[in-house]
Amino acid sequence: MMSNMKTMFDLNKIDSQGGKVETTNQHSEQTAMNALEVRNLNFFYGAFQGLKNINLDIEQGKVTAFIGPSGCGKSTLLRTLNRMYDLYPGQRAEGEINFYGQNILEPGQDLNLLRSRIGMVFQKPTPFPMSIYENIAFGVRLYEKLSRSEMDERVEWALNKAALWTEAKDKLNQSGLSLSGGQQQRLCIARGVAVKPSVILLDEPTSALDPISTGKIEELINELKHEYTIAIVTHNMQQAARVSDYTAYMYLGSLVEYGKTDEIFIKPKRKETEDYITGRFG
Amino acid sequence: MSSNINFDMAVFARRKRANKIGLTLSMIAMAIGMASLIWILSILFIKGFSAINLNMFIASTPAPGTEGGGLANAIVGSLLLVGSCTFISTPVGVLAGLYLSEYGDRSRVASLTRFVTDIMLSAPSIVIGLFVYALYVAKVQHFSGWAGTIALALIAIPVVVRTTENMLRLVPGSLREAAYALGTPKWKVAFMVTLRAAQSGIMTGILLALARVSGETAPLLFTALSNQFFSTDMNKPIANLPVVIFQFAMSPYDNWVSLAWGGSLLITFTVLGLNILARVVFREKVQG
Repeated sequence: MMSNMKTMFDLNKIDSQGGKVETTNQHSEQTAMNALEVRNLNFFYGAFQGLKNINLDIEQGKVTAFIGPSGCGKSTLLRTLNRMYDLYPGQRAEGEINFYGQNILEPGQDLNLLRSRIGMVFQKPTPFPMSIYENIAFGVRLYEKLSRSEMDERVEWALNKAALWTEAKDKLNQSGLSLSGGQQQRLCIARGVAVKPSVILLDEPTSALDPISTGKIEELINELKHEYTIAIVTHNMQQAARVSDYTAYMYLGSLVEYGKTDEIFIKPKRKETEDYITGRFG
Repeated sequence: MSSNINFDMAVFARRKRANKIGLTLSMIAMAIGMASLIWILSILFIKGFSAINLNMFIASTPAPGTEGGGLANAIVGSLLLVGSCTFISTPVGVLAGLYLSEYGDRSRVASLTRFVTDIMLSAPSIVIGLFVYALYVAKVQHFSGWAGTIALALIAIPVVVRTTENMLRLVPGSLREAAYALGTPKWKVAFMVTLRAAQSGIMTGILLALARVSGETAPLLFTALSNQFFSTDMNKPIANLPVVIFQFAMSPYDNWVSLAWGGSLLITFTVLGLNILARVVFREKVQG
C-alpha cells in the first residue's frame, strides 16, 4: 500500500521539479491535466452538512480561487483537499477527491505523505518557535535526508521562491517570530514550498496582512503557479480576479458557478454570482 | 457636557458609592495580606540575618550542648533531595501533561488522570509522607534520602502535570495545523512544535513546583528524616533544611534556635528567588 502510494504521488509527471510540469503544460493545450478532481463531495460537521454535492476539477499548473460569503464552505472545501479535517473527530467527508487518479478520501491513506504532497498556508502566519533556517529545514527533514550543504541550498532556494531571501539571509539563525507579519507569511510559504509539494492550498493567505505585504504575496502566487498547482480561498474578489485562472463561487455549502476567472467576472452565467461579484450581496 | 439623554443623577451617585465601597474593601484585604507578608519577612530577617555567616555553610549541625555549628549537611541534603525530585518529576510531569493535552484530550483515561491530579494537588503533604512511609520506608526498614525524594516527587508531579497541560492548551491550534500540513507525524508535532512553543511556560511550572517542594517538611519527617552528620548517601537518612528547622526551632539550645532562623531565611530567599526566576522566564516568552 505504502509503496504503491509512493509511486502514485511521485510520478514524474506530477513532480513539480525539473521542468516536468512545463512539459505537461505544453501538451495541456490539447488535454488539460487535472491535479485534483472532486466528485459528489459531501462534508459534515457532526450533523451539519457543510458541503453539498461538490463537483470540481482543479487544473494542474493553474490558480483556482474559491470565493463566496463567510460560511459558504470555501475553507471547508480547501481543508478536505489535504484532509486537514481528519484532525477533528466528528468531521467527515463523503464522495471522491482524486489526486492524480488516487482517491484520497479512501480509508488507509497515509495522511502525512498526502500532506507532504499537498501543502497548505493558513490565514494567520504560523512560524514555528525556532529559527528561520530551522522553520524551513523542519519540513524538509521529514521526508528527505540532505547533507548540510544541500540543506543550505534548499533553504536558500525556498526563501528565494518566497521572495524572502534578501530580507532574511543575514538572520537565518534568528527566531521566525522576529519577522514582521508579512515576512512571517512568506516564511510559511517558503516552508511549504521547501518540501516540494505538487499542490499548494492557500487559505486566505493575505487577510491578516497590510496592502504592501498582500501585493508581494500576490506577485508570489503569480510566480509559483508556473511550477505548482494552487488553490486559494479569498474574501477579496479583486484578489481572485488578479491572481486566479479559474474561480469557483460558493454559497451555503454549494458550488454555484465554476469557470474561467475572466468569464466568471465579466459575464457570469448565474444571477447569484453576478449579484455577489457586483457587490449587491455578501 | 449637556446631553439629551435622560440622565438620572441618583443612579449615577449610587454607582459611585458602590464603587467606593468595593474599592475600600479590596484595599483593606490587600493591606491585610501585605502587612502579614511584611511582618513575616521582617521578623525572619531580624532573627535570621545574625545567624547567617560563613560557618553556616561550612559546619554541620551541632550536637546537643556544643557551641557553634552550621547547616552545611542540611543545605547539601536539601539540594540533593530537591535535585533528584526535579530529575524524576520533570519528565514524568511533562510527559503526562503532554498526554493530557495532545493525546488523551477527552478520553476517559485523561479525565480520570486529571481528576486524580487535582486531588493530588490538594492532598495534605503529610498524607503523602505517610503513604511513602507505609509503601517504601516500612518495607526497607529504614529512612532514606530516596524515600524523601519519592515523597517530594509525588507532590511536584501534579503541579508540573497541570501547568504543562495548561501551557500546551495555550498553544494555538493553527500552529499544530501548520505542522500537520507539512506532513508531520503526530509525535513530532507534539514534541518538536507544540512542546517547544510552550517551553517557557512549562519551565515556569517546573520552577514553581521546585519552590513548592523546597519548603515541604511534613513529607520528609516520615521519609528522609534527618541526619546529624554530613552525608550524601541517598540510601541513608539525610539532613535537610525543613526538618532541621522544625527540630531546632523547638529545641532549648540558643544556637540551635538561631540556626533555625538562619535556615528559614535561607529557604525563604531561595523560594523567592525561584519565583522571581519563574516570572522572568515567563515574561521572556511573552515578549517572543
